[in-house]
Amino acid sequence: MTSTLKPVPWALHLAVLALAMAFPFVFPSSFMVNFGVMALFYAFIGQSWNISGGFAGQLSFGHVAFFGVGAYASTIMQLRFGWSPWLGLPVSALAGALVGGVIAVLSFRAGLKGSYFALITLAFAEVLRIVTNSVSFTGGGLGMLIPMKASATNFQFAERIGFYFVILMLAALSVALAEWLRRSRFGAQLAAIRENEDSAKALGINVFREKVKVMLLSGAISGMGGCFFAQYFLYIDPLVVFGVDKSVEMLLVSMIGGAGTVYGPLVGALLLASISDITRVLTQVQGLSLVLYGSLLVVIIAYLPNGLIDLFKRRRKPTGGQA
Amino acid sequence: MMLQVTGLTKIFGGLRAVDNASLGVDEGRIVALIGPNGAGKTTLFACIAGFLPLNAGRVEFLGRDITGLPVHEIARAGMVRTFQITQPFAKLTVHENIAVGAYQKFSNRAQAWAHAQAIAEQVGMAHMLAQPASELTVAGRKRLELARALATSPRLLLLDEVMAGLNPSEILEIIAIIRQIRDSGVTVLLIEHVMHAVMSLSDHIHVLSYGKIIAEGSPQQVVSNQAVVEAYLGRGSTEAADAAAGATHA
Amino acid sequence: MDPTILAAATINGLLLGGMYTLVASGLTLIYGVLHIINFAHGSMLMLAMFGVFYLLTKFGVDPYLAMVVMVPVMYVFGYALYKGVIGKLSNGKDENILLITLGLSILIENIALMLFKGDSRTISVSYSDRMIELGPTLVPLPKLISFAVALALCAALGLFMQRTDLGRAIRAVAKERVGARLVGIDVDRIFAISYGIGLATLGAAACLLMPIFYVSPTIGHVFVLVAFTVVVLGGMGSFLGAVVGGMIVGLTESFGGLYLGESLGQIGISLIFILILLLRPSGLFGARQ
Repeated sequence: MTSTLKPVPWALHLAVLALAMAFPFVFPSSFMVNFGVMALFYAFIGQSWNISGGFAGQLSFGHVAFFGVGAYASTIMQLRFGWSPWLGLPVSALAGALVGGVIAVLSFRAGLKGSYFALITLAFAEVLRIVTNSVSFTGGGLGMLIPMKASATNFQFAERIGFYFVILMLAALSVALAEWLRRSRFGAQLAAIRENEDSAKALGINVFREKVKVMLLSGAISGMGGCFFAQYFLYIDPLVVFGVDKSVEMLLVSMIGGAGTVYGPLVGALLLASISDITRVLTQVQGLSLVLYGSLLVVIIAYLPNGLIDLFKRRRKPTGGQA
Repeated sequence: MMLQVTGLTKIFGGLRAVDNASLGVDEGRIVALIGPNGAGKTTLFACIAGFLPLNAGRVEFLGRDITGLPVHEIARAGMVRTFQITQPFAKLTVHENIAVGAYQKFSNRAQAWAHAQAIAEQVGMAHMLAQPASELTVAGRKRLELARALATSPRLLLLDEVMAGLNPSEILEIIAIIRQIRDSGVTVLLIEHVMHAVMSLSDHIHVLSYGKIIAEGSPQQVVSNQAVVEAYLGRGSTEAADAAAGATHA
Repeated sequence: MDPTILAAATINGLLLGGMYTLVASGLTLIYGVLHIINFAHGSMLMLAMFGVFYLLTKFGVDPYLAMVVMVPVMYVFGYALYKGVIGKLSNGKDENILLITLGLSILIENIALMLFKGDSRTISVSYSDRMIELGPTLVPLPKLISFAVALALCAALGLFMQRTDLGRAIRAVAKERVGARLVGIDVDRIFAISYGIGLATLGAAACLLMPIFYVSPTIGHVFVLVAFTVVVLGGMGSFLGAVVGGMIVGLTESFGGLYLGESLGQIGISLIFILILLLRPSGLFGARQ
């Protein structure tokens, strides 16, 4: 019923993985594979937010900062320095982690928590957006275009299914990370920090250091998401990869699915990707899907604060003595 | 002396919450810190454990000057405190709560969880391991607070009013548990208002009033100390008591 | 730098600051005093500005006169929104209020997008282009008016908080929620009233801004960070701080644009916000923690 540290059974992990691997063969149409890619993509970057926001309780409104830095880092390495696009993954992870670390050290040293922390991350992301928008090295407002040259070694795939399996691997890694957090000492300490920092300190946890560590991790994952995004869409610009929309989507996906759970972001991402695709197919109305997301967020916070995952857990309630 | 506090002063704005307080705790003892409400006991605890910066004074623990060290380092050195207003990890279960403490000593999950279970048994919470901490009663939370701190394998436990809000039978249970804790080698410094518990448990008592240490000694000594009685009952209360006793005898 | 250009930038910055103070005055009450993290502040302003827009284009109501309508309507809307949605659904937790107002802002912004499409709209009234000579530069009259009203509004709100019973009750609730309840103050009603007042000021701000600015569904984004920056910079809950903070932010943007160009110049606001939070979160006029 709550976001505890209970490990998820391996059987469930294997089942989900099997389903995900079968998906593009069961639904091979371009539309469906794209749906799958986007769902897994949002699950991946959502998990990044989930790790710092859901597990450690540090709500951030500026996660797009790490995402955008990763997107630009890998793209710049590729376009200006001729590096292999696959190296973009570790490069973006490092870039995202670096920015995550800097923001974390500055913010947590200053003792920022709760809404102050959320707002300052928003401001940091804004700074990055403005800088990349103004500097020619990053292409300014025009952004950067990656030349299309589909080949596996070039981290571009003629068939979407190639991208699908890449993002599936990344998403699986992020799930494994979340699962590890559920089972590890680090994860338990993060949960303690989330619930009550003073108590955590009193029990010997170096709250500052652990919070920085989690932001490093979260930043790395968001960064990799940025790299993938760049390769999938072959175009990035400051508004798209540093705009506040992505931050909100990462947050929405986790909160709606279930913050602090392993599969919350996936559940949330599936829902959001479905809403997005369905509204786009049914109507031409701009903004409808976001209206639905916004309403969902309010409803979830009010009535299902542990996210949609709670619905699954309630049905499978063990015979405990609780009301 | 396991813990030596010397000349500790804490000032909030114009108020001297703790005024040049000194106290010592010998290893293996149960020592109590008592005093009327508002005397500054919790503030003193907070200063000793590193939650508040001192305006003056020193704290030495196990021969080491820990004044001004961050809370978590003091905790790792072996001094762990509980909170007067309990602060459980609400969304975690009892077992998980205690495990956080256990993880201080064991980095392996299996070992930490086993240790947490053992601690839970020691304080009588073994039957509620799977319960979310948010669903506990006051007594349960107090006990959880104690268990969590105990799970870190501390050398010195600072217990802040761990019996407040408990009914008489719960208090008796806690008294037994605290004794057991001491017997297992942990030194205890406790703030308490439940007098009979203080009397029966403590080897040594320090009395704090208006931020100052006004007396210390064995329970018998402290109880018959005029200054102590007056601190609780008001100036002139001992004469009034004597007068009343004299009047009835006369 | 040519002194006339500097002077023009200064005047421009101050007038811009007036606009920002206007927008932030409501948030000073809502966030500064009561710590309701109203992330929907920007989108509420946007709604109000659309209201003013349609009052003029559909009913021919002059934007300044529209205040008579907008202010009470926004008050009622704010009161109802707090009572019915924010207060009720958040269970009193700060974190939840942040997320709920975020959800509301997404909702509102995108409903507006659906209804009004993404284009910007401006209005034109007889005095929109009336220029007043101010030293070396010409200033649009509406900007001057909004500047003056901003100062007056903050002064009024400041006096309200200090001198009236309701203001005292609000300050009591802000300082000590439980104690306020104990002396008989209906805390939930105070929160709702304050939120209503906050939105009412946005109603006034909308009326004053429409002749100068434009409105589009995404305009909320722009104003949210600015408003929070002004409130935090000025010192939570200080109306004098809102004025000074607004001026500083306006001047920063004006000079930022002058020296760094239009694109990079925007960075000043975010940097101010970051620096204040890191170095002096109590702001310039706030109480030292």
